Amino acid sequence: MTLAPASPTGAPRRTLLRRMTGVPGAVAFSLGWLALMLLCAIFADWIRPYDVTQMDLMARLSPPGTPGHWLGTDELGRDVLSRLIQSIRVSLIIAFGATLLSAVFGTSLGFLAAQFRGVVEHFVVMLADFQAALPFLIMSLAVLAFFGSSMWLLVVLMGFYGWERYARIARGLAISAGAQGYAEAVVQLGATPRRVYLHHILPNVASTLIVSMTLTFPEIILMESGLSFLGLGVQPPESSLGNMVGFGREYLTTAPWIMLAPAMVIMLTTLSISLAGDWLRDKLDPTIR
Amino acid sequence: MTAVLDARDLVRIYESRQGLLARPVPIRAVDGVSLKVHPGETLGIVGESGSGKSTLGRMLLGVDPAQGGEVRLAGTPMPPRGTADWRALRARIQMVYQDPLSALDRRLPISVQIREPLDIHAIGTPASRAARVEELMQAVGLRPDQAGRYPHELSGGQRQRVVIARALATGPDLLVCDEPVSALDVSIQAQVVNLLRDLQQGGQLSMVFISHDLKVVRNLCDRVAVMYLGRIVEEGPAEELFAHPRHPYTQALVSSVPEPGRALDSRVILQGEPPNPGKRPSGCAFHPRCAFATGICRAELPQLQTVAPRQTAACHHVTGAPASRAA
Amino acid sequence: MIAFVLVRLFRAVVTVLAVMTFAFVVLRMSGDPAQVLMGPDVPQNVVDAFRAEWGLDAPLWQQYISYFREILSGDFGLSMRDRSPAIELVLERVPATLQLTIPALLLKLCIGIPAGIYAALHRDSAIDRGVIFLAILGFTIPSFVMGLVLVLIFAVTLHALPSGGIGTWQHALLPAITMSIGGIGILARFSRSAMIEVMGQPYIRTASAKGVRWHDVVRGHALPNAAVPIVTIVGFMVGSVISGAVVVETIFSWPGIGRLLIVSVANRDLAVVQCILLLIAAVMVVSNLVVDLLYGWLDPRLRAQPAH
Repeated sequence: MTLAPASPTGAPRRTLLRRMTGVPGAVAFSLGWLALMLLCAIFADWIRPYDVTQMDLMARLSPPGTPGHWLGTDELGRDVLSRLIQSIRVSLIIAFGATLLSAVFGTSLGFLAAQFRGVVEHFVVMLADFQAALPFLIMSLAVLAFFGSSMWLLVVLMGFYGWERYARIARGLAISAGAQGYAEAVVQLGATPRRVYLHHILPNVASTLIVSMTLTFPEIILMESGLSFLGLGVQPPESSLGNMVGFGREYLTTAPWIMLAPAMVIMLTTLSISLAGDWLRDKLDPTIR
Repeated sequence: MTAVLDARDLVRIYESRQGLLARPVPIRAVDGVSLKVHPGETLGIVGESGSGKSTLGRMLLGVDPAQGGEVRLAGTPMPPRGTADWRALRARIQMVYQDPLSALDRRLPISVQIREPLDIHAIGTPASRAARVEELMQAVGLRPDQAGRYPHELSGGQRQRVVIARALATGPDLLVCDEPVSALDVSIQAQVVNLLRDLQQGGQLSMVFISHDLKVVRNLCDRVAVMYLGRIVEEGPAEELFAHPRHPYTQALVSSVPEPGRALDSRVILQGEPPNPGKRPSGCAFHPRCAFATGICRAELPQLQTVAPRQTAACHHVTGAPASRAA
Repeated sequence: MIAFVLVRLFRAVVTVLAVMTFAFVVLRMSGDPAQVLMGPDVPQNVVDAFRAEWGLDAPLWQQYISYFREILSGDFGLSMRDRSPAIELVLERVPATLQLTIPALLLKLCIGIPAGIYAALHRDSAIDRGVIFLAILGFTIPSFVMGLVLVLIFAVTLHALPSGGIGTWQHALLPAITMSIGGIGILARFSRSAMIEVMGQPYIRTASAKGVRWHDVVRGHALPNAAVPIVTIVGFMVGSVISGAVVVETIFSWPGIGRLLIVSVANRDLAVVQCILLLIAAVMVVSNLVVDLLYGWLDPRLRAQPAH
């Protein structure tokens, strides 16, 4: 990367960072932030200064900057930073689990549609249309309200978010893979459908699927935090970014930091994934969208 | 001697819709074709695009199911597509494709792809498979150092060698080659043709060679079948057929191949529309383009009949006597 | 064209049926409304009487059939809470929701589309980058965060606007803005990319090359062609307007359908929830249908093509 000739598009000014890494500043920041979030989620138990439920009644509603409670405390004197770190972990776990579930579910249905065509395909396409046509928030609201909320149900429910996109992509790519010939050629070699899809088609469509995961992931974070904000997602004593905002709302006038800290984290995280995802998309797959 | 491949009265009909609510139009892509391939023999199938020759090739392998008639391999009927029997049979019949780049997985190195049939059919130990891959690569003229290459890193001719090596991996009895050289540069075609010719020398491999290129067919094939709009119009030993084509369509095809020393104006030029499988003419499908067509050609479908020893043709105006060009 | 409309209509009907079934299955399978409403202390014979009265003792499939029969005859059931017809409870909340959603929709259209088109026509300028950044920000900030931040600034700190409730136009201001921000971002980004794509088409270059004035190129050729994808996304926004209202109405204690939904869900008031789900599905389906028909009007090519 030394002394690359001036790019033909002629971006006038490039930041030092960009010149050094070849990554635009905003994307570098996003990747850095995401790495930080990931570390928080993985090492939550070690880096958390206090226990999530540990109350310090002497220091209720301390403002940020208080020694020992750098992001302040809430109405019960619980440390906001510790709760934030735990919430990041919970929200990320749900979002990761749900994104994976949605990708696996959608991709499998897409492959099934491509393999069997006919009735199966019509059915899958109809399901996808149905899913795309309905307000997901309302549907999950109804399910959560009537079945009660648990971590597992939440992940499974969120796992239905966006599956239709993977199904469409996987079906389209699998059909075109068949038409292109390599899949057909492997079938003709005597391979089982399982082998054809897992060894050949999946690796060929993986990059496109990963790119669309970067689209779904922030949306699932928003969806989960929205539900938790409404009191239907993650339930106390467990906390997620959304329900921190929801509970912090009641202290908006007296202790806005309780709500602002998780709000900032949600914003920066979804923003970072969007920016990094856009960048990844340009790098990996210029054909999508 | 049992035929390696024995196909009888094969029929394949596609439905084609012109619009959402339009009635589907049946297209008889393959319409009652029978043929045999004997051990060690190479059968050429020639015809223009749209003649149904590629569909026929896929039907012979059981890739496209036959809607009528049956395919027998060494006497046993073709199992339905997708069954375990069907898959197991792939070890004995293989295909070489027109476009090698699209027939290969661009994400896998070629040695893995050549090995794949051995993995699929669980032939040999891992070590013996690696040895077999090396042997195959050598047999088709690929260097050992190319084993780790990806398809896009090879030339068109090398890719086709990879496809052929993969097809030969399980030691099949029958190879169906669908236009194996037409996507290649002319300079490379000869290499692949020579490779196929070398394979024939082994004596055991039977081949069905589908092509529109008469020169290549003449070069490689023992016997040739000429297709027009889904039907075989003439069939016979390659030498005979090219020397004395009986059917007017074969005559036109044969004379369209430029030959040094022959005046251009002696060629039989095909007139009229190229064949459209959706609008099949009545009677003899070739009659609108045929210089000799008469009333009976429009009304009645001619059947294949013996016109010379081992040679058959389907034309009302061709009898056992040599072709009457003046008719 | 007739076939096109018929296929779309059929899909619309199927979607509504599916939503009705979904509502029925979730609401009836998930728990006993009698237990929830009556509480654990109520004697069994009272609970049984309640069940019999509301038809909750019949087998599920019978409930399903009578549910459909009632809805088709215009009977949406009674709210289990106060025994007034569910449909009336829902309909009396509609004006309040419209008071928010219509201004919000206008804000989205009047700011989002022009900003996106302006950015596309001045590609890579500072304004373009600003629009992209604000647009991304707009739809990555969840509406509950945006709403609370606005309350914090304008109500808590500046005391300029009320923080919740309904009444004057000032009351509607913050919720309407909150509701529109995400949509503005999405529309701006979408219009920008649609416009950029259209501007790159050969017919635009031909028109400019022929010497048609720039202004006329944009108005006569580019805008009508960029309209198709923009209309799609607007249609989707109109359809999903109520789900946006749920969060915003909760933040601002706005007595609209969204609040009613949250309250009814919490109370397991089956009839009201069903009614709202149906309303949402109907709005969704009708707006999709309108978009599909608009396509035909905007893009003559789609008229001839078979529906896919």
